[in-house]
Amino acid sequence: MADTIFALSSGAPPAAIAVIRISGPAAGTALHALAGRLPGDRRAVTAVLRDGNGAVLDRALVLWLPGPQTATGEDTAELHLHGGRAVISAVMDRLGELPDLRAAEPGEFTRRAFANGRIDLAEAEGLADLLSAETDLQRQAALARAGGAVSRPVEQWRERLLELSATVEAVLDFADEDDVAVLPGNFLKQINALWEELKSWLARPKAEALREGYRVVIAGPPNAGKSTLFNILVQSEAAIATPIAGTTRDVLTRPVGYAGIPFLFADTAGLHDATDDVVEAIGIERALEALDRADLVLWLGPEGEGPTGAWEISAQSDRPQGAPKVQARHRISAVTGEGIDDLIADLIESARQALPKPGEAALNQRQHDLLNEAARALRAATEEADPLLAAEALRLARVCFDGLLGRTTTEDMLDALFGRFCIGK
Amino acid sequence: MDQFDIIVVGGGHAGVEAAAVAARMGARTALVSFDLDAIGAMSCNPAIGGLGKGHLVREVDACDGIIARAADAGAIHYRMLNRSKGSAVQGPRVQADRKRFKAAVQQLLRQQASLTLVEGEAAALRMSGGRVTGIELSDGTGLAAQAVVLCTGTFLGGILFRGEERIVGGRIGEQSAQRLAVQLREASLPMARLKTGTPPRLDGRTIDWARLEEQPSDAEHWTMSALPPKARGPGRVLPQVFCAITRTNTQSHDVIRANLHRSPLFSGAIGAQGPRYCPSIEDKIHRFGDRDGHQVFLEPEGLDTHLVYPNGISTSLPADVQLAMLRTMEGLEQVEMVVPGYAVEYDHIDPRALRSSLELRDLPGLYCAGQINGTTGYEEAAAQGLVAGMSAAARVLGRDPIALDRANSYMAVMVDDLTLHGVSEPYRMLTARAEYRLRLRANNATSRLTPLAIAAGCIGPERAEWFGRREAARGQMNAALDLAVTGHELVSAGLPVRADVGRLPLREWLRFAGIDVVALAPWLGSDFTQDPELAAELAEDAAYAPYLARQEAELADLRAGEALQLGDDFPYDQIPGLSREMVERLSKARPATLAAAGRLPGITPAALAALLVHARRRSDLAA
Repeated sequence: MADTIFALSSGAPPAAIAVIRISGPAAGTALHALAGRLPGDRRAVTAVLRDGNGAVLDRALVLWLPGPQTATGEDTAELHLHGGRAVISAVMDRLGELPDLRAAEPGEFTRRAFANGRIDLAEAEGLADLLSAETDLQRQAALARAGGAVSRPVEQWRERLLELSATVEAVLDFADEDDVAVLPGNFLKQINALWEELKSWLARPKAEALREGYRVVIAGPPNAGKSTLFNILVQSEAAIATPIAGTTRDVLTRPVGYAGIPFLFADTAGLHDATDDVVEAIGIERALEALDRADLVLWLGPEGEGPTGAWEISAQSDRPQGAPKVQARHRISAVTGEGIDDLIADLIESARQALPKPGEAALNQRQHDLLNEAARALRAATEEADPLLAAEALRLARVCFDGLLGRTTTEDMLDALFGRFCIGK
Repeated sequence: MDQFDIIVVGGGHAGVEAAAVAARMGARTALVSFDLDAIGAMSCNPAIGGLGKGHLVREVDACDGIIARAADAGAIHYRMLNRSKGSAVQGPRVQADRKRFKAAVQQLLRQQASLTLVEGEAAALRMSGGRVTGIELSDGTGLAAQAVVLCTGTFLGGILFRGEERIVGGRIGEQSAQRLAVQLREASLPMARLKTGTPPRLDGRTIDWARLEEQPSDAEHWTMSALPPKARGPGRVLPQVFCAITRTNTQSHDVIRANLHRSPLFSGAIGAQGPRYCPSIEDKIHRFGDRDGHQVFLEPEGLDTHLVYPNGISTSLPADVQLAMLRTMEGLEQVEMVVPGYAVEYDHIDPRALRSSLELRDLPGLYCAGQINGTTGYEEAAAQGLVAGMSAAARVLGRDPIALDRANSYMAVMVDDLTLHGVSEPYRMLTARAEYRLRLRANNATSRLTPLAIAAGCIGPERAEWFGRREAARGQMNAALDLAVTGHELVSAGLPVRADVGRLPLREWLRFAGIDVVALAPWLGSDFTQDPELAAELAEDAAYAPYLARQEAELADLRAGEALQLGDDFPYDQIPGLSREMVERLSKARPATLAAAGRLPGITPAALAALLVHARRRSDLAA
């Protein structure tokens, strides 16, 4: 029999309530062991949970959900505990002591749901994204992908590729027949046309950009007002802003949605050449790394000294001592709020350009890699003089398309897929 | 009652290989045929090999089979098809003197220890406890065995069609196995009918050869069998003849069109599907009406016969129409027809009812090979005969058969295709069917399979000894290829490479244009070209190495999937999440492994993933 798994399926403690889910054949016995009885089916009741010695662990709300009509398809129990760390860990410890019970691996609940026919793979693939789709734009792209916006064009490319393959195969296998002895003149042209199409898809923004958000990094020398701007943009006092140079020593990030677009703002340590402070030096190094990965840099330093493509921001415009920039894209004041709305509107517009459009299919990294490999194979096919090797290159491209459509489903693919779910979902 | 380990029914190419391999493995084997003198007959074209087919012949040969050696003994014309293309798609093909080919087959069988040839009609299977336990001959004699291999070709319920004529039989002038067909149909095995055909035979003395384009035999010295004939040393045994090419023309097409209604294919008399790859001439005219001509190869049938086989005009038109059509062609204006062509319709088993050992899943002890499984061609038949005979003998003897998979042989590709997909037309091998064909070359069959065949115990002492010597030579040659040489040294010897490439092993230099083993002879040493076939194989290995390396991930995937057994009793209908359509497809084909399930048409990724998870669970439970 399969073993029984459990996990904390609500957010990180401490919280008002913590939900622990138990799924598997021993879920009923486990609930009975803790609560001393099995409540009626699908009914929330209060119960006193006790450990092996009869000591009280918590007074909790418990549910008994017998399979197969459950999320995982298995017998399931839920414990709604008071959300303190000590209570949660005591209950988790107790569960771990029970026979046939163990803590769940990442994605294991979803995997069981899938194995028991509660969801299919296509749902699962979209589901992984939907779970983390915090904003409207992410949700729409995830829906487009789940609805076949990626697989439709792939199907169509695969059809075209099959015809090209068939053309070469005829030359190889029926060389004796008069009419298929040589490749038709437009053969290379057709491969190139397909290649061009793949290339244009590869140039599109990736789905990860949506999931991770549009990365805006605020950078500049120490004490340029970066943290103040960051706090305004993320609408909280996340960063400690003081007039003391070098206050921010690490990269601080916060996800925020504006107009349904996910942003990831990053505040960084002030950049300057020499510091004796080891901690600050590490902070500067991390700031430089953040700049490398940025989709957009808001530069608060001296004009023209920021990274290429950075927006020149004239901050602290209410502090007259700062040298005003001649060609600032935005002039803002943290105190008066001047220019902030314009900056945000500009950021939204810029992110819209860079991120996948609503309803437009976006490739995730796995799909991007496979399509890229297919494109490379097509290119190789045009460069092989021997039709046998051209045919092999086309076959490799076909394998990539099959991979995109999930035709070659392997354990690895499933692991990668289910591994993206957080424990307990 | 006579007791055998294995009984093989049928003395065609499948039966011959099945019986021979079982006997080579040491099983007490009987080969039963209507007419012992017909064993090894070529029913259709007098040729062995071709594209994809030549690969199969070499693979059977690598397992010490009969077909390649017999082909060499009868060969009167050698031709390497696709000579100008990559070696993985080159197909060796010979035309064989019918009489000498057959004689060679019979001689090889008679020399084979533990093999008994039995003349008679296998009238019925004997069964006991749900297993096949032997056969009964039409005279009432019983033969007992632990396994029976059916290789009945077109003889199972065979009917010949020629114009309005109908003849019961499997081959012209021979009877067919009607009683056995009835019994198999009654055993509720999934049966269907297929059709094939053969062209008329011509009298070569009435052909005006001088007017036709000649096709000479290849000048090289390659042979079908890798094993050199002991006495003569490597080489060809018989004098070589040439073939000729003529064409059909609009006049021939008019004759056919005017008589289409008299062809049983078009009158509706034959309902079964024929091969798309080898259509009858009336089919070609009907389907490709815009062509003004089709090639016809005129192939001599032997050294001391005047019979000529016109390859490309298989037909079931009435005899008078056949003759009229022939005489419209250049060079054939005065031709005499010795035997008219005909079509054959015959019973076959849906091969999805077979395991990959070619044993019937629902009738243990009964194996099937050849046309009975829905294939066409001597080579396809021979390869299946080898697989079935070897599997049956291995089971009886308690040994492991060769582990064949799509990455090591065309034989496995064929068996996998047949048992997973079934057939809708007679199945013919094509190189396009083998996704790993860069590694499955006709000329490396020995290296791929002989070591496995030795381990399975189906190699005779002569080949084992030859293979040992070849392996030693191979080791030395491989070592020679490891020698690293600079571009500068090659340039100094006048070779067309750049001096600044640096130092590379000779095997890598072979990948450069204009560099071959002959050019590298000063470094490879004189031993290298002692065996030119082996030298060519090693050179090709080097040339294909980067492509093969790219397939490694795929192969790892394939073998992981093959390692996950589903088994005959996998409860598809109890797996949640499988649609009824998926359950139906999977239950019909009963794939042996997860990889095989993935190759079934229409199986979705979701279904595969569900299978994967459940197969894992089952094996965890069993553990």
